[in-house]
Amino acid sequence: MDLSWMAWTGPTALFWLGIVSCLVIMMVWEYFSPGGNPRVGILRFETTRGDRLFISLLGSAFIHLAWLGFIGPGLWWALGISFVYAIGVFKTV
Amino acid sequence: MESTTKETTLLVEGALRQTNQMKKPRNFRWFTPSLYIFFLMLPIYWLVNMSFKTNQEILSKFTLIPENPTLSNYVVIFSDPSWYNGYINSIIYVVMNTVISISVALPAAYAFSRYRFLGDKHMFFWLLSNRMAPAAVFVLPFFQLYSSFGLIDTHIAVALAHCLFNVPLAVWILEGFMSGIPKEIDETAYIDGYSFPKFFIKVFTPLIASGIGVAAFFCFMFSWVELLIARTLTTVDAKPIAAIMTRTVGASGVDWGVLAAAGVLTIIPGALVIYFVRNYIAKGFALGRV
Amino acid sequence: MDKTYNNKAWLLVIPVFLLVALSAIIPIMTVVNYSVQDTFGGNKFFWVGTEWFTDVLRSERFHDALGRNLLFSFIILCIEIPLGILIALSMPKKGIWVPVCLVLMALPLLIPWNVVGTIWQIFGRADIGLLGHTMATLGIDYNYSSNVIDAWVTIIVMDVWHWTSLVVLLCYAGLVSIPEAYYQAARIDGASKWSVFRYIQLPKMQGVLIIAFLLRFMDSFMIYTEPFVLTGGGPGNSTTFMSIDLVKQAIGQFDLGPAAAMSLVYQLIVLLVCYVFFTVMSNVGTDKPEVEE
Repeated sequence: MDLSWMAWTGPTALFWLGIVSCLVIMMVWEYFSPGGNPRVGILRFETTRGDRLFISLLGSAFIHLAWLGFIGPGLWWALGISFVYAIGVFKTV
Repeated sequence: MESTTKETTLLVEGALRQTNQMKKPRNFRWFTPSLYIFFLMLPIYWLVNMSFKTNQEILSKFTLIPENPTLSNYVVIFSDPSWYNGYINSIIYVVMNTVISISVALPAAYAFSRYRFLGDKHMFFWLLSNRMAPAAVFVLPFFQLYSSFGLIDTHIAVALAHCLFNVPLAVWILEGFMSGIPKEIDETAYIDGYSFPKFFIKVFTPLIASGIGVAAFFCFMFSWVELLIARTLTTVDAKPIAAIMTRTVGASGVDWGVLAAAGVLTIIPGALVIYFVRNYIAKGFALGRV
Repeated sequence: MDKTYNNKAWLLVIPVFLLVALSAIIPIMTVVNYSVQDTFGGNKFFWVGTEWFTDVLRSERFHDALGRNLLFSFIILCIEIPLGILIALSMPKKGIWVPVCLVLMALPLLIPWNVVGTIWQIFGRADIGLLGHTMATLGIDYNYSSNVIDAWVTIIVMDVWHWTSLVVLLCYAGLVSIPEAYYQAARIDGASKWSVFRYIQLPKMQGVLIIAFLLRFMDSFMIYTEPFVLTGGGPGNSTTFMSIDLVKQAIGQFDLGPAAAMSLVYQLIVLLVCYVFFTVMSNVGTDKPEVEE
């Protein structure tokens, strides 16, 4: 089967590896501390670790888009902001 | 309790309005639905009307009822394989899709309704988000994906592609129905010595028969009405009727009569299906799972 | 129902997971790959980085299409939800007319989407259509293929025609699940129609209404076939919604990169809205259970 049409590149492969490793880390974390640590955070609904990861990832995507749209290239800064945002989400939401 | 305050409110408001409320005749309630149905039927009536006219009559006169009713437009469709094969193709992939969707969704819905497991909520959300994903996003990669499997222009390609939105839907509907079945039934069956597959087929499936009916109906419906993906993945042999309809635009202009007749014929399977499941639809909707 | 925790349940979910993953994950991976590259066909790709995203996010064309989508969804929701509730409230609860109403109302939902477009295309034409002809006879200048306002009105009326029934059926199902005892109590209290609606019917319909809202928003946000058949995106670009623009770029011009970047932005917006709705939906029942019973 020819998969060249998928046009894989290094950075996109890294991107997907990153997502997959996030999921794996979540599973390992869940194995050592089951239950997902549910709590009601500043968004006033119950979230587990998985929800917080999802909110972080979705938010990061929008941070990157906003950076590209308003400021321009140089996504390392956006990545940095995303990390700060993700830590914030895991601490408070 | 909130209900007490609610009651008081109702009482006070009711007392204030009692006089003009009681005398109100209820006989005009049919008016709104009738008007709405009239609005719904008007364009369909016009399509049916046109399908019985000759092109000459369609273009030259404005008549509410065909002057010389003719079946020639339908004869064109039923005598030309490239026309009626479109219907056969559509029916084939729709049925395939419905069967696949229901058979994979049944065990999954059971898992969601009976167990908690790692990442269950996220899995459910992910499935649903596929139901909401715009088909336009998937058109191009789908074409590439099915080309690489050599499945372009086959019925199974369309059936599999439609699973993207029909499987999540089927899981969603079936989960709703299964949650309504008490868990004691499962436990009793296991105590009686049923194995899981035997219990599932012999005991559980008959209990949610109406749920399967509703889910099958919605799978049928969404696969039947979808065109963008079906059109992209087919060229000749599996082309759905809805895509063939564009053929009527020929060198000599549009063949309106045949177009209308083809349109009328696409409405009929849906109408038949909906007639058979009419008593279950309200139930399916009641679960809010559509 | 209290569920037992058992990870073996995954075995039952795996078929669904694989099937949907094939149709969802591989395509979305491909879209991500395309979005950072350029191609001249023949599976030869060139790395361009985030250029397409910057282009798409800053292009007037994308902003306009997004704006049109949002405006369209907004108008659709403002019309269809109240209208659907109104019709559901006045539908008969029992008797021979119930199945007749249900079947007739559900009919537009089962018509293939391009046939819906065709029906309205014919219906609105001044030379052969009932609507167009009537308008012309009344002396109203109506032409959906050259006048922007007419095109929008036609598409909105078409969507109302096509999808209001879904809202009606959902609300109706919510209404018939209300026990008769509630109405009797209200009658004894002498409650007005409005307070019956406000305190009995509306809370009972809350669940289905959220779903109706979600479905109508999503489906109108990704609308493609009906306006494509009816107006082809015109006159000009006035009815070119995001899906139409996307297909035009991907299939018509084979601009894979920009189309992929646009797909991702589109998909992310859908995902965000979907998540918000899903969260609201799964929390709305648990928030105030005492209202339910």
